[in-house]
Amino acid sequence: MVKVKLTVNGRAVSGDCEERTLLVQFIREKLGLTGTHVGCDTTQCGTCVVHMDGKSVKSCSILAVQASGSSVTTIEGLAADGGLHPVQAAFKEHHGLQCGFCTPGMVMTAVDMIDRHGGQLDEQTVRQELEGNICRCTGYHNIVKAVLSANAEMHGGAKQAAE
Amino acid sequence: MGVEGIGARVARKEDKRFLTGKGRYTDDMVVPGMKYGYFVRSPHAHAKIRNVDISAAKAMPGVVDVLNGKQLREDGIGNLICGWMIHSKDGSAMKMGAWRPLAVETVRYVGDAVAIVIADSLDEARDAAESVVVDYEELPAVIEAVDALKPGAPQIHPEAVNNLIFDWEIGDAAAADQAIAQAAHVIEVDIVNNRLSPNAMEPRATLGIYDAGDDHYTCYTTSQNPHLARLVMSAFYNVAPENKLRVIAPDVGGGFGSKIYIYPEEIVCLWASKKTGVPVKWTADRTEAFLTDAHGRDHVSKVTMAFDADNRITALKVDTIANLGAYMSLFSSCVPTYLYATLLSGQYDIPAIHANVRTVYTNTAPVDAYRGAGRPEATYLLERTMDMAARELGVSPAELRRKNFIRSFPHQTPVILTYDAGDYEASLNAAMQAADWDGFAQRKEEASLRGMKRGIGMSCYIEACGLAPSQAVGSLGAGVGLWESAEVRVNAVGTVEVLTGSHSHGQGHETTFAQLVAGRLGVPIDSISIVHGDTDKVQMGMGTYGSRSGAVGMSAVAKALDKVEAKAKKIAAHLMEADESDIVIENGELKVAGTDKTLPWFQVALAAYTAHNLPSGMEPGLKETAFYDPSNFTFPAGCYICEVEVDPETGTTKIVQFVAADDFGNIINPMIVEGQVHGGLAQGIGQALLEGVHYDESGQLLTASYMDYAMPRADDLPSFDLSHQNTPCPSNPLGVKGCGEAGAIGSPPALMNAITDAIGNNMLTMPATPQKVWMAAQPTH
Ligand code: FES
Ligand code: FES
Repeated sequence: MVKVKLTVNGRAVSGDCEERTLLVQFIREKLGLTGTHVGCDTTQCGTCVVHMDGKSVKSCSILAVQASGSSVTTIEGLAADGGLHPVQAAFKEHHGLQCGFCTPGMVMTAVDMIDRHGGQLDEQTVRQELEGNICRCTGYHNIVKAVLSANAEMHGGAKQAAE
Repeated sequence: MGVEGIGARVARKEDKRFLTGKGRYTDDMVVPGMKYGYFVRSPHAHAKIRNVDISAAKAMPGVVDVLNGKQLREDGIGNLICGWMIHSKDGSAMKMGAWRPLAVETVRYVGDAVAIVIADSLDEARDAAESVVVDYEELPAVIEAVDALKPGAPQIHPEAVNNLIFDWEIGDAAAADQAIAQAAHVIEVDIVNNRLSPNAMEPRATLGIYDAGDDHYTCYTTSQNPHLARLVMSAFYNVAPENKLRVIAPDVGGGFGSKIYIYPEEIVCLWASKKTGVPVKWTADRTEAFLTDAHGRDHVSKVTMAFDADNRITALKVDTIANLGAYMSLFSSCVPTYLYATLLSGQYDIPAIHANVRTVYTNTAPVDAYRGAGRPEATYLLERTMDMAARELGVSPAELRRKNFIRSFPHQTPVILTYDAGDYEASLNAAMQAADWDGFAQRKEEASLRGMKRGIGMSCYIEACGLAPSQAVGSLGAGVGLWESAEVRVNAVGTVEVLTGSHSHGQGHETTFAQLVAGRLGVPIDSISIVHGDTDKVQMGMGTYGSRSGAVGMSAVAKALDKVEAKAKKIAAHLMEADESDIVIENGELKVAGTDKTLPWFQVALAAYTAHNLPSGMEPGLKETAFYDPSNFTFPAGCYICEVEVDPETGTTKIVQFVAADDFGNIINPMIVEGQVHGGLAQGIGQALLEGVHYDESGQLLTASYMDYAMPRADDLPSFDLSHQNTPCPSNPLGVKGCGEAGAIGSPPALMNAITDAIGNNMLTMPATPQKVWMAAQPTH
């Protein structure tokens, strides 16, 4: 057993877990934050993406103990006060989700992507950078639209691609 | 209709919980005292079980118990069943081999479950599972259906001689043979439909809870079909009587058919919960999903198509072998028969059709319905053949299709179905225009200057969905009726709850069903709740698959609404002292036509429950139930055109344009319909370009993770160009068809025809991987 101390969605949390416990297990099972999902065993699907110290990571490929001391944001902590972050709002508006299982990971990836590109996003870049997230339902068409639309919204003026 | 009624692009009510991480899927469920189940699975494709030694595992840390198949048998738990009886052409019944929820004597595919370990944590259960010692005696295995039929092939079930499950036919062989003998042209082709894994992103999961106090069972499970799960587990598997079993399918992360069936894990977790006295949760990891979720497709066919001198089709003959895997899954037998061969007429007027289908056991995972189920196989076969025929006859693929379209309705095909309505030419024209078919030659030339081979391909699909009249499917061997139920409960304050037997696992029912009610009653969408997926709340239902929620499920709601409206009108007429026939419901009010007398909806609802002043003899309350059994299937159809560029240096195919022109009848929510088409297209394109389940000769699954099974990612797909030509469906009160499967049905042949056009080689099989395309594009081929 090891002790893990983290800040999750702005709250200090700590808990004991086995050394082999993955960050995603810690988040889901110890903290009960079940918005972060598990879709594969091989770090391929991206349903488990969270932000660790501001960068998107696949929480199935990090041990909880490795994350100790860091600040983690999960889908539950993305928007304040029960509202929707602009990326979440854009997914809703453009029907970028169906069953919703890939959605938290998609949204977390999209937020990071938009932050990194500072408004300079086009369809091809979005498609390339979504490579680590699989969605089986939407065919990506509407996810791409949602990301471009949120990008335009968040970086005002750069309304280039949101159809 | 209003802004929230039928036809409106209403944003989905359910989205907020999914977007904020508040969706509740089965694996999210935690109940007091819950333990984790982990299955010990066969590493061999075919073996005898000599012994299962659980003693070491039982002593491992955290282990509650280890249970095996013998104990399950001793407790009287039954075999899994296939619910659709098919008879061979000699009249004999299909040969159902025994499928034990936990294997006792023999394992028949890699992943076949042998025992379950129950422990405090998943990691502990997994550790202990490694200490279960199963003594296997390996047996020879067979993987390909064609090999399984050969003399001397390993025998998988004693009931099925030569592994043949049934040898079935449909249509008129003599008529087809005669037309072929007299034909001006005859086209012969071999068509393979590759085996796929449905791959819902949420892995299957089950939480079995036994309450000894009430002798009652609860099963949370990833199901498209919770009522059927309860019925089958009660009636056939002897898990619990129906009144003692509650099945809840909460939020479900995609299904695509793979979550229709009842799987061993659901039975075992419920039984194990009673056995151990603790709730038992099992969640598949992705490799388990690849190993044990029912696969789709896997057909090998020989096709003969005959034409007269005017290029009219005179006959079609098909000989198909379908691989059903190691066991017959719940619907497996109807997929390569009534869901497949009945669609072989496609959009064409074909006077004589004959299909022969043999289904076969192999040492692979069970094969059952996957998005489209039978219709993609039929469409692929037909639409690939049409293109090859066009090439051999030296006519354009569009003209060959146009010449042979069915033009008058209703149309009785030679293979059972009666198409009720359609306009195939409208979709063809719309797709060709959107794709700028006429400008293709110039684009091809321009591409060739860049060293690229450009190709264009079309496919004109039809499908039969909205499954479908109970009497009809019953006469064809189905074990259940295919109606749907609905209950509309108007609360005393006028808010509305709709209970439906349909199940949403991504299709947006909470929004579309509410749109129907909002349109009819004029109440805001937010005051309407859709209740589904829980057998304790909804009395009975038949679940969601085969694009039946709109055509059947919503039609049931419409029927219940008729009754609610009728009673509300009676109450309103009484309160306003008017004639019942003069009452109209508009914008949330009940009005006396031609007067200014009006009552708000909520007042009528309240009156129904206060019951101080109801017409004499009227029962209080405003709540009605309806069961709707459709009069026919519905027949969505359309035309898809795909344009590709193949790089001859690398064999890589890039989709440069994908156009879909669909006819779905009336549309409830265009945004959701388009989303369904996008998703279907992605799965069809995945089948054509990337996806394929592969076993090695010994039956080891080579594609058991996302590292080995190529799933379409955002960068593999284009944006799609969609349009709709909507001829209302005459067979249900809403005029709707079904849109969920179309994309997966129509897109593989369009894409394969496009690649064929680009490289000029007919023989390419799916998936058209760069290596295969490169080989096929070499001049020597
Ligand atoms: S669960 Fe983390 S990438 Fe699939
Ligand atoms: S919405 Fe279902 S997997 Fe993406």
